Amino acid sequence: MTYRIEIGLKRGVPDARGRGTATRSTSALQLPVKSIQTRTIYQLDARLSRTELETVREAFTDPVIEIAAIGRLRPPPFDWLIEVGFKPGVTDNVGRTARIALQDVLARPLAEDEAVYTAIQYFVRGTAGRRKTEDGEEEEKQTSNIQHPTSNVECRIADSEQDPTAYSLQSTASPPLTRGQIEHLAKDLLANPLIQTIQIFSPDEWKDEQADERVPAIHEQAEPTVKTYDLGGSDEDLRRISRAHILSLSLDEMRAIRDYFTRPAVRAARQALGLPEQPTDVEVECVAQTWSEHCSHKVFSAKINYVDEQGHTELIKSLFKTYIKASTEKIAKSLDWLVSVFTDNAGIIRFNERLNLVYKVETHNSPSALDPYGGAMTGIVGVNRDPMGTGMGANLLCNVWGYCLGSPFYAGNLPAGLMHPRRIRDGVHQGVIEGGNQSGIPWTRGWEIFDDRYIGKPLVFCGTVGYLPVKLQGRPSERKEIKPGDAMLMLGGRIGKDGIHGATFSSEELRAESPVQAVQIGDPITQRKMYEFLMEARDQGLYRAITDNGAGGLSCSAGEMGRMSGGADLDLSLAPLKYQGLHPWEIFLSEAQERMTLAVAPEQVQAFLDLARRRDVEATVLGTFTDSGVLVIRYKEGVVGRLDMDFLYEGCPVMTLEARWTPPQVPAPLPLRAGKCDSVLTELLTDLNLCSKEFKSRQYDGEVKGLSVVKPYVGIHSDMPSDATIMRVEYDRPEGIILAEGINPFYSDLDTYAMMASVIDEGVRRVISAGGRLGQIAGLDNFCWPDPVESEKTPDGRYKLGQLVRANKALYDVTTAFSVPCISGKDSVKNDSTRGGRKISIPPTVLFSTIARMDDVRKAVTMDMKAAGDLIYVIGLTRRELGASAFFRWLAQRQNTPSHVGGAVPSLDIPQALNLYRAMNKATDQGLLRSSHTPTRGGLAVAFALSAMGGDWGIEADVGKAPSESGLTNDELLFSESNSRFVITIAPEHVRTLEVLFQGLPCACVGRVTEDKILRVKGLRGKTLMTTKTASLRKAFKGTLYGI
Amino acid sequence: MVSKPPVLIITGYGVNCEAESKVAWEMAGADARLIHLHDLLAKPTLLKELKALMFIGGFSFGDHMGSGHVLALRIRHRLRDELHSFIEAGNLILGVCNGFQVMVKLGLLPGLDHDYFNQKIALMQNDGGAFQNFWVDLRFEAASPCMFTRGLERMPLPIRHGEGKIFTTDHDLLDTLERAHCVACRYVDSQTGVPTMRFPDNPNGSLNAIAGLCDPTGRIFGLMPHPEAYLFPENHPQWPYQKIQGTLPKEGLGLKLFRNAVQYMQH
Repeated sequence: MTYRIEIGLKRGVPDARGRGTATRSTSALQLPVKSIQTRTIYQLDARLSRTELETVREAFTDPVIEIAAIGRLRPPPFDWLIEVGFKPGVTDNVGRTARIALQDVLARPLAEDEAVYTAIQYFVRGTAGRRKTEDGEEEEKQTSNIQHPTSNVECRIADSEQDPTAYSLQSTASPPLTRGQIEHLAKDLLANPLIQTIQIFSPDEWKDEQADERVPAIHEQAEPTVKTYDLGGSDEDLRRISRAHILSLSLDEMRAIRDYFTRPAVRAARQALGLPEQPTDVEVECVAQTWSEHCSHKVFSAKINYVDEQGHTELIKSLFKTYIKASTEKIAKSLDWLVSVFTDNAGIIRFNERLNLVYKVETHNSPSALDPYGGAMTGIVGVNRDPMGTGMGANLLCNVWGYCLGSPFYAGNLPAGLMHPRRIRDGVHQGVIEGGNQSGIPWTRGWEIFDDRYIGKPLVFCGTVGYLPVKLQGRPSERKEIKPGDAMLMLGGRIGKDGIHGATFSSEELRAESPVQAVQIGDPITQRKMYEFLMEARDQGLYRAITDNGAGGLSCSAGEMGRMSGGADLDLSLAPLKYQGLHPWEIFLSEAQERMTLAVAPEQVQAFLDLARRRDVEATVLGTFTDSGVLVIRYKEGVVGRLDMDFLYEGCPVMTLEARWTPPQVPAPLPLRAGKCDSVLTELLTDLNLCSKEFKSRQYDGEVKGLSVVKPYVGIHSDMPSDATIMRVEYDRPEGIILAEGINPFYSDLDTYAMMASVIDEGVRRVISAGGRLGQIAGLDNFCWPDPVESEKTPDGRYKLGQLVRANKALYDVTTAFSVPCISGKDSVKNDSTRGGRKISIPPTVLFSTIARMDDVRKAVTMDMKAAGDLIYVIGLTRRELGASAFFRWLAQRQNTPSHVGGAVPSLDIPQALNLYRAMNKATDQGLLRSSHTPTRGGLAVAFALSAMGGDWGIEADVGKAPSESGLTNDELLFSESNSRFVITIAPEHVRTLEVLFQGLPCACVGRVTEDKILRVKGLRGKTLMTTKTASLRKAFKGTLYGI
Repeated sequence: MVSKPPVLIITGYGVNCEAESKVAWEMAGADARLIHLHDLLAKPTLLKELKALMFIGGFSFGDHMGSGHVLALRIRHRLRDELHSFIEAGNLILGVCNGFQVMVKLGLLPGLDHDYFNQKIALMQNDGGAFQNFWVDLRFEAASPCMFTRGLERMPLPIRHGEGKIFTTDHDLLDTLERAHCVACRYVDSQTGVPTMRFPDNPNGSLNAIAGLCDPTGRIFGLMPHPEAYLFPENHPQWPYQKIQGTLPKEGLGLKLFRNAVQYMQH
């Protein structure tokens, strides 16, 4: 039986959710919305008596602020009602929690088929045609009130319209909002039609309808079946099969699969198990997952014929092995703290004699494009499972995030099928905010980059640091060991159709027909429960090995773990399902979230299951690990798949690709008319890529665990982004970790070698600036590229692959020179969109994340100037390096030639950087630095401004005194983005000590910190370049994205 | 030697401040134990061995049906009698953030006239409509009987919540709370020290700038800001300035609430 409970707020209770929605309707969609009131709907599908139902209604309601009704609650006056529910099968976290509450209230367990679903109602009133009426002034007031979502002054007692007893269906004479506008509001703000249902009612329509007691349950009767693939046809047939089933396999790969299944030994073995002649869907789908670009990184392991700008050719056997792995192996010889790299879900490094650190950064781009909220939440909750599944399972310490997005103010034509960048941004933030906050893991780093080439595919980076006891039960905690006969268990969430083909889908460009089921929604609470259980089980030694279920689901985790023992045998019919009607191949591939796969010794299975039950975590034995060399997949009595482990993991044909590097010819912008630069600085600070991102950042919890030392925002008003963040790892120790990163996709437009070198330097020098040391820094490389494989769709594939080769060369050169080993990384190489007939490719983007151990966090240095009278020094050489700089991009934009950003991209003088960083280490050790800030985008000018604003001081500086190449102009001195520089302040009594430390290195005193909160900067020959109140700079810096 | 009073911290189902809360009690001299709610419900007599109970911050059941709502339902249905005896035995209960929300939904706070299991007041969505994390300034009310805040005047602490606004449409109730001095702390203007309704000093629009409430006995206390997140001087966002000015405290100020509680339990 189904029931409906509607819950609304009582009269006089402000509806912040409704008000926020109304604000966004007007500011993001420019709709004439006056007010929105919301209600929560619970749809119960359960066998309840009338008394029970009444008890439930009462228990679900907050007696102080809410009222509720079974069936319909009297509506407030409205012009339109929008009801948003979930489509069948879509994760409904609130519904799931309500089901738990229902059992508590009834004091009895519910049956499998009893469930709760939720929906939200939006009662919308428009403003149009009413503005000049008597209450017009009132309405104006309300509008201005909602435009500043956080500037509310007092509890605003809502108007009488909230009175649910009014029961008035009177709306204004002519509906001020059209149905079209309401549909726009529903589809483009309130709901994602991919996963949600939308119902729209006018008051009359609503009156004519009965209370809607339907529930989005799945009652699929489809009998699970296993199909076979006929791979015996032509090449064209093979291509067609790959395309039709979203296998994303090339012809060579399809042929390799065909050939495998015709091997006599394979045929005999399959026949013996009762398998049909032709491969089953379970087998083919499993191979396709395992061989997907997402899982096996085919571009990074391909053979590449590379031709450089002089025509020299070079055969690169594998980018990954030649540059990334080779670099780390070389550095490993001189470091003693690398524990495990590139072999597990995340890299492991030594922290102290008790703990190891684990760090992984992932991207979750394609799912975030389809459903920004669900996709990004899955991104953060998913990357949490990487450390959780590394070694014997790490405790989670902190999260990082970063997004590359289109401008939220984008006003151009949006290709059909793409969401507006502002909506993507809102959804992505909300997903990571909720995922991270609800998991109880503080964020430490967060950034945003904006460029309209990200409107086709946003990049969503999420990362997690964890820690592992060095030893568990006397054994090294990084070691996983599976013995034949160990049980295979699946833990956590249940399997549904969500996320099927996620791995192959993300290996593809975004197309209009991209599969809907690739959307996943995270469930942080299910995962939190699983995490706490796992830590208990780990410390009791209840399992032998663990890995997470990410891309490819069970097909990947069972296979990967099976490699450790030499085979596995599992029965898919044992896996707990969210709903019936899944075919075996779907169970095997589903990327339903919050799941881990474990190996448990037979004698511990019972203890493991008992603890899981007490912690309300579902655990199921699916099969056993073997040493047969084979992966055997069963469904009930029958075998539905059999694959040789060797073929699955070594059988994928290696691609051979062509790459060519030709330096692009990019014109420079016209020079700026010489003059005062106040307005330039102010405008740069309002630029999306430089301005404050604090507004959204404050919605992330950064302090849970109470370990933070240098927070993401620092300064006397806590409003300037820190160079790096620092936190303790243990409560009783002064040691900690420093986290930072470098990213600058703009440089890729000129040279990816310089881009890569610069982002590594940025990641490193941010750590140095905060007090970290060379020799203790590790890196993580996350490559996001447009498709670099030459084809009809990608005629410039050679160039893009050439860019990729150059970036890898730089990675090797710089990481080895700095001794910064890459301990983990990820590549995503299909970041293109062809929706709406327009191809949009991202600029080549690398995020280089850094992590460093710090002996004593109390020696941390922050970027904000601390005291008037302190002296300001610039350290490091300023060169003529404005190519693709923030200044040139601003200039080119102003001149209506946005691509004219040509010029020298910042280079890297490695020997000098090393000397500077060593000297900086000494200066921080001796506690000389009152503040230190490393200039990035916007150069010295922006660095001066941020540091001065940080302490709320003024400065008097002469940029002409900064160490520089000869012949630089004032613009170049101010805005050049040369690497390896710092702006530091010291107390006057330390001048001698500092100058001795930096003897022979580019280091000069350029001015001092002043009381008066004015930024006074002089240039060559004493010319005044800027005289600006920091108050106006602060306003510029913080205004662009405030409230957005 | 003074004994270490036993304190129980309830964990599980999405609350997440167990580590720092345990450290806080331990630094203050208590014997802090963590227990999963499931295990406590299985053996509620455990409460008899304790001097204090803490409901910690986090997102119990994802706060899906309103902050703390579902956890409060579970406790009301399964632990009510034991909890009532625990309170009447003169013990302490502390709730922070989600724990405060759970206590308010249960009715433990404000707990007027020993009515501890009927919800009287609401902690609802912040006026700004979103979760917020930043530091605020608190003033502790000298007239409050709260054991945890005795002798305290001002303190900076971080807030991290989306539903922290104390709200009721019943003005008489507010007056009663004020008269009984149940308002233990308020959000104040960081410059003037005066209670404020202005964002961001008042982060959520809480009526009468209420940040924390106690019951009339002063033994049951809940607040939205997080004292357990300020155990170390370096937790304070401006600690580098305090270091230069020589005003850096030896330990985080949040610890004082826990020290007060331990002192009370020891005497």
